[in-house]
Amino acid sequence: MKRYSAFAIFREALRQHQGWTEAWPSPEPRDRYDVVIVGAGGHGLATAYYLGKNHGITNVAVIDKGWLGGGNTGRNTTIIRSNYLQDPSAAIYEKSRSLYETLSQDLNYNIMFSPRGVMMLAQTEHEKRGYLRTERANALQGVDTRFIGPAEVKKLVPIINLDGPRYPVLGALWQARAGTARHDAVAWGYARACSAMGMHVIEQCAVTGVESAGGQVTAVNTTRGTIGCGKLGIVVAGHSGKLADMAGFRLPVESVALQALVSEPIKPCIDVVVMANTVHGYMSQSDKGEMVIGGGADGYNNYTQRGSWHHIEETVRALCETFPMISRLKMLRQWGGIVDMTGDRSPIISKTPLEGCFINCGWGTGGFKAIPGSGWAMAELMAKGNAPLADAFSMYRFREGRFIDESVAAGVAH
Amino acid sequence: MLLLTCPHCGVTAEETEFAPGGEAHLKRFGPGSDDDAFEAYMFNRKNPMGVHFERWRHAYGCGKWFIAARCTVTLEVFGTYPAQTTEPPAGIVETIKAKRPEWEGYK
Repeated sequence: MKRYSAFAIFREALRQHQGWTEAWPSPEPRDRYDVVIVGAGGHGLATAYYLGKNHGITNVAVIDKGWLGGGNTGRNTTIIRSNYLQDPSAAIYEKSRSLYETLSQDLNYNIMFSPRGVMMLAQTEHEKRGYLRTERANALQGVDTRFIGPAEVKKLVPIINLDGPRYPVLGALWQARAGTARHDAVAWGYARACSAMGMHVIEQCAVTGVESAGGQVTAVNTTRGTIGCGKLGIVVAGHSGKLADMAGFRLPVESVALQALVSEPIKPCIDVVVMANTVHGYMSQSDKGEMVIGGGADGYNNYTQRGSWHHIEETVRALCETFPMISRLKMLRQWGGIVDMTGDRSPIISKTPLEGCFINCGWGTGGFKAIPGSGWAMAELMAKGNAPLADAFSMYRFREGRFIDESVAAGVAH
Repeated sequence: MLLLTCPHCGVTAEETEFAPGGEAHLKRFGPGSDDDAFEAYMFNRKNPMGVHFERWRHAYGCGKWFIAARCTVTLEVFGTYPAQTTEPPAGIVETIKAKRPEWEGYK
């Protein structure tokens, strides 16, 4: 696989760009791999990548029922931040954010990480106190955040309306090193880097069953034949329950639809990410000029990859008050993704009752930001049997009462 | 947007008039039960792709709880019935079986 570089562009420019090779091949599945990862989204591909890079395990296949990065990796609002309250969360999300900083160089693929800063608005007194608490927790955790007042908010986001009667801005939790990245490129970059290590990325290959012998996973049945495996990683977000059912266990996870939308493109007017958790809305401007807007999740189980219109209405109505200038923008498109929600709104990176089978799920409404850290932790767990970043996120924490309660700490939008 | 009919007051309305309440027909386990049973009751859910029984409350209407049988893939609502029951009534099960012959039944 040829490296991408300024020199490569120059070289190809001289021969009419005939020399570019495919970013990753589409191989036929082999009979057996040391490790099979189900789910070729960001988390699955990152797991494979760090298995190879950190642990030298490269006889790996990443299989997916659809196309690469076609699930929630391609459906999120690309926000990257790590201003969480609980220690295990801050550790894994901060690891992830710091990996994002150098991911383009690491993968030799431009993921367009933009550390433009993320602010979470405090719009009630209660929320303000909550963020002051998070700011102090972050200081102890080594996460660089700061609570800023309304004047500084206005300076960073000139288009904001501070004194809306219903949703006044009392300040914000500001993380300057947070930002956004090109979501598809993250999946593509990992896929390319995995293929370069000799791993197989196999699309259009749906899992139909999990085989085991003596409580140990032995193979997965797929629409392209049975594939033997030493270890199995299930990294399928909203469809985790279905895979867990095939592997013979149940998960504390429910799948719901979360949706987002973008406006028509306009000239640059906001260069940070603003999250308003009281009203379930967050907004940033993409490099194409579209306002990228995310809202709240539906309240009931759903696999449709659509969303409810009334949630769009609620989100946009509230954001129009905070950002009056967006009120006349047209909506360009809207989409939904199926997110897997756990009881404490924290993820699961865990061994399972089936020996050799590991699961990484439950990222709920905030998985994109965690992709590198999640892959790092999952790979270490699969290679060594334990991982400092993952241990607190075991699926057995619910039975033991060791919740990592971010649902209370972060309001709604993670 | 779901359209649901409250079996108590008979009103058919959009989902915004109702509040979702999660999986229905959970068997309660409390003090004295073993850890497995309590964990399963508290956290583990069927989360099926397909037929799902779930609790709803007619929050902006009569205020009463009821149960809806719904498909999580197509959002089709098969029917609703009052919550004072431990399993789906025969009529609802028949309706679902007629529309979803491959459905393995309530368990």
